[in-house]
Amino acid sequence: MEESSGNMRSSEPTAAMKKVREKTAKKRSKEEEEEEEEQIFNFKDKPAGKEEEDEDLSDSEESVFSGLEDSGSDSEEDEKESDDNDDEDDDDVTAVESKQPKQTEEEEEKEEVVGGVTEREEEEKKEDEYEHDSSDEEDIRNTVGNIPMEWYKDFPHIGYNLDGKKIFKPIRNKDELDDFLDKMENPDYWRTVHDKQTGSDIVLSDEQVELVNRLQKGQFGDVNFNEYQPSVEFFSSDVMIHPVTNRPADKRSFIPSLIEKEKVSKLVHAIKMGWIKPRRVEDDTRGRFYDLWAGEDSSILGRHKMHLPAPKIPLPGHQESYNPPPEYLFTEEELALWEQQDASDRKLPFVPVKFSSLRQVPAFSRFIHERFERCLDLYLCPRQRKMRVNVNPEDLIPKLPKPKDLQPFPTTQSLVYRGHSGLVRSISVSPSGQWLASGSDDGSVRFWEVCSSRCMKTVQVGGAVKSVAWNPNPSVCLLAVALESVVLILSPSLADRQVVQSSERLLSGQPEADTSDAAGPVIWSDTEGEELNQGIRLKIQHPKAVHQVAWHAKGDYLASVMPDHSSHLQVLIHQLSRRRSQNPFRKNKGLVQCVSFHPVRPYFFVATQRSVRIYNLVKQEMTKKLQANSKWISSMAVHPGGDHVICGSYDCRLSWFDLDLSTKPYKMLRHHKKAVRGAAYHRSYPLFASASDDGSVIVCHGTVYNDLMQNPLIVPVKVLRGHVITHDLGVLDVTFHPTQPWVFSSGADATIRLFT
Amino acid sequence: MGGLQKKKYERGSVTNYITRNKARKKLRLSLPDFRRLCILKGIYPHEPKHKKKVNKGSTAPRTFYLIKDIRFLLHEPIVGKFRDYKVFVRKLKKAYGKTEWSAVERLRENKPTYKLDHIIKERYPSFIDALRDIDDALCMCFLFSTFARTGKCHVQTIQLCRRLTVEWMNYVVAARALRKVFISIKGIYYQAEVMGQLITWLVPYQFSHDHPTDVDYRVMATFTELYTTLLGFINFRLYHSLNLLYPPKLDSKAECELKEENEEDYALNSECYLEKLSALSASLARMVSSAEEEEAQLDQFPVEGEDMEKLEAREREQKEQEAQKKLFDGLKFFLNREVPRESLAFIIRCFGGEVSWDKSVCIGSTYEVTEETITHHIVDRPNASTQYINRYYIQPQWVYDCINAKIVLPVEDYFLGVTLPPHLSPFVEEKEGDYMPPEKVKIMALQRGEKPAQEQEDEEEEDEDEDEEEEEDDNDDEEEDEEEDEEESEEKNLKKMEKQRSQGKSLQVKVTPGKMKVENPERLEQEEKAEEKRLAIMMMKKKEKYLYDKIMFGKKRKIREANKLTAKRKAHDDAEKANKKKTRK
Repeated sequence: MEESSGNMRSSEPTAAMKKVREKTAKKRSKEEEEEEEEQIFNFKDKPAGKEEEDEDLSDSEESVFSGLEDSGSDSEEDEKESDDNDDEDDDDVTAVESKQPKQTEEEEEKEEVVGGVTEREEEEKKEDEYEHDSSDEEDIRNTVGNIPMEWYKDFPHIGYNLDGKKIFKPIRNKDELDDFLDKMENPDYWRTVHDKQTGSDIVLSDEQVELVNRLQKGQFGDVNFNEYQPSVEFFSSDVMIHPVTNRPADKRSFIPSLIEKEKVSKLVHAIKMGWIKPRRVEDDTRGRFYDLWAGEDSSILGRHKMHLPAPKIPLPGHQESYNPPPEYLFTEEELALWEQQDASDRKLPFVPVKFSSLRQVPAFSRFIHERFERCLDLYLCPRQRKMRVNVNPEDLIPKLPKPKDLQPFPTTQSLVYRGHSGLVRSISVSPSGQWLASGSDDGSVRFWEVCSSRCMKTVQVGGAVKSVAWNPNPSVCLLAVALESVVLILSPSLADRQVVQSSERLLSGQPEADTSDAAGPVIWSDTEGEELNQGIRLKIQHPKAVHQVAWHAKGDYLASVMPDHSSHLQVLIHQLSRRRSQNPFRKNKGLVQCVSFHPVRPYFFVATQRSVRIYNLVKQEMTKKLQANSKWISSMAVHPGGDHVICGSYDCRLSWFDLDLSTKPYKMLRHHKKAVRGAAYHRSYPLFASASDDGSVIVCHGTVYNDLMQNPLIVPVKVLRGHVITHDLGVLDVTFHPTQPWVFSSGADATIRLFT
Repeated sequence: MGGLQKKKYERGSVTNYITRNKARKKLRLSLPDFRRLCILKGIYPHEPKHKKKVNKGSTAPRTFYLIKDIRFLLHEPIVGKFRDYKVFVRKLKKAYGKTEWSAVERLRENKPTYKLDHIIKERYPSFIDALRDIDDALCMCFLFSTFARTGKCHVQTIQLCRRLTVEWMNYVVAARALRKVFISIKGIYYQAEVMGQLITWLVPYQFSHDHPTDVDYRVMATFTELYTTLLGFINFRLYHSLNLLYPPKLDSKAECELKEENEEDYALNSECYLEKLSALSASLARMVSSAEEEEAQLDQFPVEGEDMEKLEAREREQKEQEAQKKLFDGLKFFLNREVPRESLAFIIRCFGGEVSWDKSVCIGSTYEVTEETITHHIVDRPNASTQYINRYYIQPQWVYDCINAKIVLPVEDYFLGVTLPPHLSPFVEEKEGDYMPPEKVKIMALQRGEKPAQEQEDEEEEDEDEDEEEEEDDNDDEEEDEEEDEEESEEKNLKKMEKQRSQGKSLQVKVTPGKMKVENPERLEQEEKAEEKRLAIMMMKKKEKYLYDKIMFGKKRKIREANKLTAKRKAHDDAEKANKKKTRK
């Protein structure tokens, strides 16, 4: 081919050179355009395989190259030929165009049949090209063989026929438009295939199309081929005449295997040693039941006595019903409360719901949960035996004698003594029972007639009165009043003249000469003028504030209390007739709250904060110390028999001591809701009363028997209310009438009340 | 004196207890194994009385087991089996790791298993002991039998549970032991009396379960293992006590009847029999095929005095029970397809009724819908499409209510489309002072044989009802009054006193015409008594007072709750009445 072109070149006329050159220039520009087109086309074809793209590129390069060469060749030929060439170029383009779909088509076809067309082709190119030329089998019109046809792209022919003549490419001037028109008009266009070998379009026959379709579907090409033929069993159970293979048997098939022998011996050894156990007999007795309790022998002992069987699940109530009575359903508030509560606080673990019929009842979502929780309870929950107290609450109430049988005792409020303007701290009844003295924070001491509630006398003492006490001796009429740091002795002259005179006589006793060695800080002084007119006869000036005064039963001795933490000077005992004072204690044993004389014997009771000490005044020693078991004693009263003491305390308790029994309280009475302020015994009746800040006075019956073996009987008989609580203070003092079963109480509401 | 000094925490209650970890170490078991052992052997922690003493002075929270229990576990053969299993697992893992498949196979064949028979016998030395503890076993088996046969546990376990529960139900039917039934929102409670023991179990509704994730199914499975064994032995014994064959066989007559042509389609051959049994429609075969057993008349011994009354009461009760057992005798039921078949078939058969259902619902139906002799047709729909004339169409609740009331209740309230009366729990036994819903009162009246008032007198009755209710309310009020009497009287006293006081304060003397004070002697007496009581309460000891206060608090709370319920009911009834009137207008 080269040669021929060379020939052509040599024979080219010079005259036509210019023209041709012009043409080539023109053509180049045209080709460039075409190239562009091709590129565009390439862009269009991008989804095609990468290899193809490469091919295309090379194609275009070649075409550019060919253009150059063509110019040479064309120069020799006439315009027509060059035109032709143009056409060819066009053809080239079209060929490229048409090739691609075809190639893809081919690929599709071949992939389905064999797969990997290009590879196969390449293989064929590389190896089979020379070994056995199969080209002539198919198409013997073209003798170039099975070569890529693009090698002939630049030539006007595409090969040689059997006679060695060139086979020229068909003269085609099909551009895209033609192609399109063809596509539109030719009904056989879809079955037209371009044959590269001959360069002609072949219209496939129906059979061929059928074949293609079959191949595309993955079927055999041959219609009549039966792919499900009965297979011939090669290795069958039938003994064949001939061996399958004619190979002679190996030697190893005649010799016992050493490896196997080793394995077997290992196993045998393992069995001998008992490492491998023989296969167990299938034990199907697991699900088989029999009479387990057939011989109920008592040889198997029950669980130990600490065994606690699990409690059964509580049985459901009405509220768990699917259709409960309407009252068991939750209201909105109850539901809200239920939702707010923690799961452990809820009374019901579920919300009662009502369904109108059985078919509407859904599954309970927490069913498995609840079962699981029960399981956990059974094996994880510690059990403890709890004795359930099964008592009738009525049985717990102690059987006491009826209050009715224990009469007389005060039951109703009968009189109110009004007149004070401050809280009445202390009251005292005269030994005759006719007069009542009261000391109040308003700085006055008032004397009342008990029966008429009339205020007979008011003495302004000029200070809050802490304590008043009538002289218990009926032959004198004196009242001791404690205010600030002074103890006043009043002679109210509310009695017979004789009595008044005897009391005057008592007061006028001269002080002893040796006052120097008496308690220094105490100053006795007579009063004069206005004070004397009011009835104040004596002033006993103490070094500290006096809280309480208490008379001895004989009426000559008077004890005063000056509570102080730090000093041993807390209690002073004054002798009225000799105007002498003395401090009986050398040591400080605690804050003294109140003191009292024994009614008969020479004993002296001192209540400190937590205990009561009893001193023998004759022997000058402590005989007993009573533990009150309370935090802070507020008041104390001694039984007229002298063997019993009651102590009220600020922690709401009243403790009854039996001095013969023990130093611990025989009974603690927790009747009051608030601090107990006062306690009192009746002089003759078996009654005692306690006054408290809760505004009540509780009267109890407390019989003391002469028989030492019999314990006192204490029965509360009446709760008396009447005082109004003011500033958190209720009843401040309580005292009994000396002869009648009446009780007086003074309160923070500035009144004194008499209960009869 | 001399002698060694006593050491702390070496005597006394400390020696009786052992902490969990120590116990575990002593037994040389891992925690899961220990737990399993505890479950199987029924060992549980104990709460010591003085925890601090037992805990050697520490107050840290610990669980204590009785040392005797743990010692008792030491010789348990199951522990050896646990260890074997551990070894087995280890060997299997090793074989897998080495890909020795033959070894794997061999090991699998020799997988160690254990039986729990001896444990059952040990835990329940006598049969009655076992029966007493069967509640949880039944609940668990009924739950497991409703599980889907995938995931959560072995299929064999589920099948076994199903089998055992069916056997149990068949026994209850055969013994007619059922006493009470209750449809709750959780499921259906049944109570049966077997050999004098009341046994209650809960069956969930037939829905697929929404398996929760926070439940340890291994624990449940261990319990089930134990419970299935227990239930199996109990079933065996119970069947033999009734002369029934175990494993249960259907009566030969019934078996012929139940033969169906499309049996093969219904279930596998292996499961067909169980299905037939679980249909509960046929009686079971007896070992000694005897006609109705004559119950031996119990000898009666003459007893004196109070015992006589008791005896009579017992006799009456027995008679009642006999009557209840024959509650549905002669009645023929037909179940529509939407009602819970198993439950209804079970309870109806328990009380002597005959029952059948649509052939397509379940195997074992004995007669068709068209049967003329059907007396009750149980439907759970607003209305039935085709109605036969000579039978009642009722809702399923009727059956349950009848059983609880122990009488055949009037069917009117249970017709289709009728608002059902509330379903009450039969397990609640109202004591004095407890709240009792009016429906219960009605049922009790019916039980006593009083005829309910006719429908025609509805209006009047309503009015009467109102009156009655008011009266009741009054009564209630009075009760409340009594309670509050004390406080009231106190208050009155106080007021009086205050009044007096105020009068005293106002100094202007004024004479007002006096009023006759009417003294009510009864009232006075009551007041006196109340005061007496109050005073006596004051004298109580501290301990007793505490107890008394607690009891009284509980009582008061109970009364409060009852009052609340009555008030709620009243409000509801009033609202309903108002509604009715409105609609009538």
